[in-house]
Amino acid sequence: MANMNLYSRGDKTFVIINMVLIGIFTLSTLYPFVYITAMSFSSGFAATAGKVVLTPVQATAEAYNYILSDRMFWVSYGNTFIYTIGGTLMSLAFLIPGAYALSRPQLYGRRFWNLIVAFTMWFNAGLIPFFLNMRDLGLLDSYFGIIIGFAVNGFNLILLRNFFEGVPSSFEEAARMDGANDFQVLWKVYVPLAKPAIATVALFCMVARWNGFFWAMVLLQDEDKIPLQVYLRHTIATLSDDPEFTATQLNASYSFETVSAAIIVCSIIPVLIIYPFIQKYFEKGILLGGVKE
Amino acid sequence: MTAVDNKTSSAPVKYSAQQRTRAERIKDHMRNEWRIYAMLLPTVVWLVVFLYKPMYGLQIAFKDYSIFRGVAASPWIGLEHFENLIGFDWSALGTADPFWTNGNQQFLRALRNTIYISMYSLLIGFPVPILLALMFNEVLNQSFKRTAQTIVYLPHFISSVIIAGIVITTFSPSVGIVNTILTWLGFEPIYFLTRPEWFRPIFIGTTIWQEAGFQSIVYLAAIAGVSPTLYESAVVDGASRWQMMWKITIPSILPTIIIMLIIRIGNMLEVSFEMIIVLYQPATYETADVVNTFIYRQGLQSGQYDFAAAAGLFNAIVAFVLVMSANAISKRYSRTSLW
Repeated sequence: MANMNLYSRGDKTFVIINMVLIGIFTLSTLYPFVYITAMSFSSGFAATAGKVVLTPVQATAEAYNYILSDRMFWVSYGNTFIYTIGGTLMSLAFLIPGAYALSRPQLYGRRFWNLIVAFTMWFNAGLIPFFLNMRDLGLLDSYFGIIIGFAVNGFNLILLRNFFEGVPSSFEEAARMDGANDFQVLWKVYVPLAKPAIATVALFCMVARWNGFFWAMVLLQDEDKIPLQVYLRHTIATLSDDPEFTATQLNASYSFETVSAAIIVCSIIPVLIIYPFIQKYFEKGILLGGVKE
Repeated sequence: MTAVDNKTSSAPVKYSAQQRTRAERIKDHMRNEWRIYAMLLPTVVWLVVFLYKPMYGLQIAFKDYSIFRGVAASPWIGLEHFENLIGFDWSALGTADPFWTNGNQQFLRALRNTIYISMYSLLIGFPVPILLALMFNEVLNQSFKRTAQTIVYLPHFISSVIIAGIVITTFSPSVGIVNTILTWLGFEPIYFLTRPEWFRPIFIGTTIWQEAGFQSIVYLAAIAGVSPTLYESAVVDGASRWQMMWKITIPSILPTIIIMLIIRIGNMLEVSFEMIIVLYQPATYETADVVNTFIYRQGLQSGQYDFAAAAGLFNAIVAFVLVMSANAISKRYSRTSLW
């Protein structure tokens, strides 16, 4: 911004008040995460007594011991990785060639194909028809169903298409001179040039997959196939009503709250690890995708 | 294939088109360009199989659907599901019988709740990201700005189940920090998540907390696009930052605000029900049950697929009407529109 150093005497209070307000909003965003982390490392007794505020009380890792020794935690964690990696690769396998084709000026019926994509962003059949369709396709309760069933997304496709359209044609002309066909042009010219856009889309897919919950809950019955988010929901729903668990937690080193806090922390950590990469790309990505047709 | 062939395909054809038939030209085009169609094919097939085929399946909203007969063979029953949902009896029109019946109370309640929750979210939640973007724009310390942005964008990337889990712990009666503070202040603890009157404030507050930061990016981008010369001449005229914000920044980003508002109104009925499914319980259905959670229970849990599909279609039609009207109003009064 050019107006950075252009401020006068009266502006000083304005700038300071503004900074304080931003600071408050930022801290209130951060606090729940700090709170949950403190909760996960506190003893069940301290948690149940409502003593946890900012830092762990009677610090212990018992809640983590509890979940790390639960077979279902590991199974669901592994499944989430399968869905995230498999789903992202599947999405890219569809999106990269699809977006390239849609960006080609010589494609017959280009407006029509683009409309087919854009329409799905404004209207969808709804939960029930989608579910019945998955059932008719025999994709209930299967890894493959989750991975293929959500592969294409209109927003990501258009984002990538816009990027490909913005690549100057001079880049591919040299390759064309050497006799490269469209497959080679895409792979050798466009994919390397579009790395930032592809990374953006890949990260969007990964985050959506990692966080995906509703359809995994609806489509998967087999416990051994559920992802971490469904396991968390299951824990929240059942643990609090489980008499055996509530009976043992009195004076215990872990409680329902510390255990769910520990699952929450374990589930956020991978997002935090890739977050710096996401942040590097998403601001640009949103702008690319914002230019819709 | 030679390089020359490839070039002619994208450049205008050199010889007169009349000399060749349409079929020949298509054949030629396909021989040269079949690869791009091969690349497009998987995506189109996917869209047809996973998104357009369910639209065909949506006809069960007008049918007495049975799993054994399938979509096509189930008998048509017209608008019966819709009549049962909203309690409107078409056949009574023009006769002495009352044409408004009771309808499905659960559905009507869900529809009401959806509208309430989305109205409040819009009224309270829509201005927050704009405000945040304007405030971020006034921060002069760049590292403070980067850090604050990094933190406020983060909750958007966290799953709604996790956010719901955090809410459940934070507002729990004995454990939660909110009740701890209430107790310090001498109030009685409140079991928030079982109280219908608390559900909406908590839910709406949580979604604003989760999304406001991220939504501010669009406005920040719009602000970054404002021409610096406007600010420079304002400074020459002795304008304060406050005046510049009101006279330059806000008018400049108004088209973006209107576009976002139209999009928001169009998605208004898409309340983030994933979080509601984790947060609500029978005690709070009264204020918390929305159309999508109703569809989930009636259709996916109780198996009344046709009835639930009708509820979904009704919701989609209302949403469609909303976005069309918002767009039309905006086109008329501000000449900004989505299409």
